[in-house]
Amino acid sequence: MTDATADTPPAGPLNSSDYAQRLKKRHDAEWRFRAYGLGAIFIGLAFLVTLLYTIVSEGAPAFLQSEIRLEVTFDKAEIDPSGSGNIDDIMKADYAAMVRRALRDQLGNVGNDRAARAAAHRLLSSGADLQAREIVLKDRTAIGQKRDIWLIADGDVDSFLKGSISRDTPEDRRRISNQQIAWIEKLQADGRLKARFNTTIFTRGASANPEMAGVGVAALGSFMMLVITVLLALPIGVAAAIYLEEFAPKNRFTDLIEVNINNLAAVPSIVFGILGLAVFINFFGLPRSAPIVGGLVLTLMSLPTIIIATRAALKAVPPSIRDAALGLGASKMQAIFHHVLPLAMPGILTGTILALAHALGETAPLLMIGMVAFVVDYPGGPLDPATALPVQIYMWSNLPERGFIARTSAAIMILLGFLLVMNALAIWLRTKFERRW
Amino acid sequence: MPNDHIVKSFDEELKRLSNLLARMGGLVEAQIATSIQAVAQRDGDLATSVITADSRVDELERDIDDQVLRVMALRQPVATDLRFALGALRIAADLERAADYAKNVAKRAIALNQVAPLRPVHAIPRMGAMVREMLKDVLDAFAARDVAKAVAVWNRDEELDEMYGSLFRELLTYMMEDPRNITGSTHLLFIAKNIERIGDHTTNIAETIHFLVTGVPLRAERPKGDGGNFAVVGASKPAE
Amino acid sequence: MEMARTMTETKVAGTAPTEAIKFKIKMSGRGVNVHYGAKHALKTVDIDIRENQVTAFIGPSGCGKSTFLRCLNRMNDTIDACKVSGDLKLDKQDIYDKSIDVVQLRARVGMVFQKANPFPKSIYENIVYGPKIHGLATTKQELDEIVEKSLRGAGLWNEVKDRLLDSGTGLSGGQQQRLCIARAIAVSPEVILMDEPCSALDPIATAHVEELIDELKSKYTIVIVTHNMQQAARVSQRTAFFHLGVLVEEDDTANIFTNPRDERTQGYITGRYG
Repeated sequence: MTDATADTPPAGPLNSSDYAQRLKKRHDAEWRFRAYGLGAIFIGLAFLVTLLYTIVSEGAPAFLQSEIRLEVTFDKAEIDPSGSGNIDDIMKADYAAMVRRALRDQLGNVGNDRAARAAAHRLLSSGADLQAREIVLKDRTAIGQKRDIWLIADGDVDSFLKGSISRDTPEDRRRISNQQIAWIEKLQADGRLKARFNTTIFTRGASANPEMAGVGVAALGSFMMLVITVLLALPIGVAAAIYLEEFAPKNRFTDLIEVNINNLAAVPSIVFGILGLAVFINFFGLPRSAPIVGGLVLTLMSLPTIIIATRAALKAVPPSIRDAALGLGASKMQAIFHHVLPLAMPGILTGTILALAHALGETAPLLMIGMVAFVVDYPGGPLDPATALPVQIYMWSNLPERGFIARTSAAIMILLGFLLVMNALAIWLRTKFERRW
Repeated sequence: MPNDHIVKSFDEELKRLSNLLARMGGLVEAQIATSIQAVAQRDGDLATSVITADSRVDELERDIDDQVLRVMALRQPVATDLRFALGALRIAADLERAADYAKNVAKRAIALNQVAPLRPVHAIPRMGAMVREMLKDVLDAFAARDVAKAVAVWNRDEELDEMYGSLFRELLTYMMEDPRNITGSTHLLFIAKNIERIGDHTTNIAETIHFLVTGVPLRAERPKGDGGNFAVVGASKPAE
Repeated sequence: MEMARTMTETKVAGTAPTEAIKFKIKMSGRGVNVHYGAKHALKTVDIDIRENQVTAFIGPSGCGKSTFLRCLNRMNDTIDACKVSGDLKLDKQDIYDKSIDVVQLRARVGMVFQKANPFPKSIYENIVYGPKIHGLATTKQELDEIVEKSLRGAGLWNEVKDRLLDSGTGLSGGQQQRLCIARAIAVSPEVILMDEPCSALDPIATAHVEELIDELKSKYTIVIVTHNMQQAARVSQRTAFFHLGVLVEEDDTANIFTNPRDERTQGYITGRYG
């Protein structure tokens, strides 16, 4: 036994120098593999960071909007000549003249030259009169009064302030004249021209002017479609999955269905769009551009994913729980609905939310059913025309104005924000419903 | 045993037990032979050697007890293994008792040397030879798990009883002829009784062998006094 | 009417008492065959399971003992490929008969599984689930009574009475298994089937469960599948040895472990198998 404490280990295959070399090789191979893995992750992260940086750096300015503060006189004679608050009069009134007058008052010596006046008027967005009208519509007491309000500046002014239009460009090739620059500087000096947080982008619909364009209508359209998708896809998908997983006999026919469901999950989304166009619009005669059609198409698209996720979640519930319930004399349905389904819930919800997140980001099928429309007003219901966030992004990305480039990135950020919220919801639901067994 | 245990060390422990029993059996056989020889040849030294050697038999019995205890505690034997362990315990006890009787025979041999030789002493070697034969056969039967042989030994005990009976009558007559023969005759009588008791323990061993091989006690097969044939014992063949 | 079911058994000579013992047959199988697809899992099994006794099924893995156990409360119904034929009776009633409702059968023939499988709910809910679905109790008071009675029956009451609303999965392994037994007896079954109930437990927890099985047999008929032969020896009165889908031998436990009749049984229990 004293030998056991000797310093030299006994000779053997595991103590030879050959073995030491092989051991080193094995460790090296492991180290290399870890290095590859780390490298892959870093490359992926680098792409992600680049993408995010591009989007954020392009989109961030769109969240700031140059606005001009003007003292607008809401002329009673113009807006409400009868004094009865007639809505037609209020709608028809020439608010543009009022805000232009306020602007000229602010600038002082504009002169009477038509060209000079037009140049001054171009400092304000062509939507400024709408803003003025909204104030009246919201608050009738403004009629006949003078109000200090922020009005949106023209997109070119915005671009100039954000540095997209350079002062060094020769005047004839610049979208902003020297005179306008002088006015801008005067307004800035008076504290009347400022970059303020942009609410327009969240609230307004489509517009030809970038400074008046927003994703509000598209977001509502997307929301309506998602609601329709959840209401249809979740119950249908879960029910189908439960039937296939728990009740359906295992035969050639159910095998065929299973293969088909798996294949459907891989079908390009535009095919679903064509299907929606052919079936819902042409055959059932549902309106084009309507969220209900979009919702139906997205339902078809999400169903395979939800069914597959639900079946996987049901399979993941340990059979011992099923046995326990059946062994007590629970019927099959009781066992499933009392025990298996609650345990599968986190998986089902996660799968569903991921499928919905996917649907939220889907563009191609919506293009087919005419959701690529110029919609200014909020849809009143699922049958009214609307558009969707990804489609809005697609449309803006095709427009040449500088302002739309920034807005495209901003809309992407908003969409990513929605997706992040949905994924966070998925994680939260998962941890909330997850139980140990 | 037919096929071996999956756990080989279990087999080794059972084998060790078998070896201990074989050694003890051999030793007891020798003790009996030597004590009978001491009586026949009136050899005091031989008799003394038997008395001193008895402690070795006791030692072996203790070894066997320890080994059985070990197997029981560590292996939890069941069925044949359990019956073997129990049988080993019983056989060791029987062998130890047989050795004690041999020791007693040796002690009486020393006492017999003090008196004049008696005629009926010639019967002792015959009885001794017979009981040795029985013990040898029963140990062989144990080694081979041979039930038929064990039963044959069991049946031969009757013969030994008869020999004891006739010697008993002879010694009685002898003592009645001449009261001076009483001391020697009484010793002879006890020696014969001891040999007869060794025979009884041998039949006990035969019964134990029957039980450990077949799992059924021998008596249940044939109530005492029934002179039936034991060659075919029980329906169940031993699990060999 | 009980005559056909009542038998008198004279024990084989050599086992302890040789008096005649009367008993009733609770369940019986005659010519039971089970096929899993092409595999013939059980071959013509004939067996009687005695009332208020513990019957142990032993045998190597895949010998069909669990399969047969699961036939006794038709848990095999959940497996599509499993076909059972032959005659299986509970109190003279064919349990595979069309008129038998499997839900009711499983209430009468309860089951405890290899792995303790409490529902991931409170201890209280675990117990009351069975009585609730069978409508055995409705008021809170009745349910409370059932919970206490079942937990006492399973020897768990003193350990958990202060935390009935804690999760059943938070108990130790042995306690979980006893909770499963309590859950099984909460629906007042007549027979309790146990499929290797102690295989995942330590010796102390095992001892608790074994003691419980011993107590339960006065009220219930118990069938237990076990890989642990010592356990079969300790808890059962009757032992059945299955090998390759065949019921090789069924006898008093004492006989099986001292003097089995069949060589295969002998080889298996002494560790000479294979």
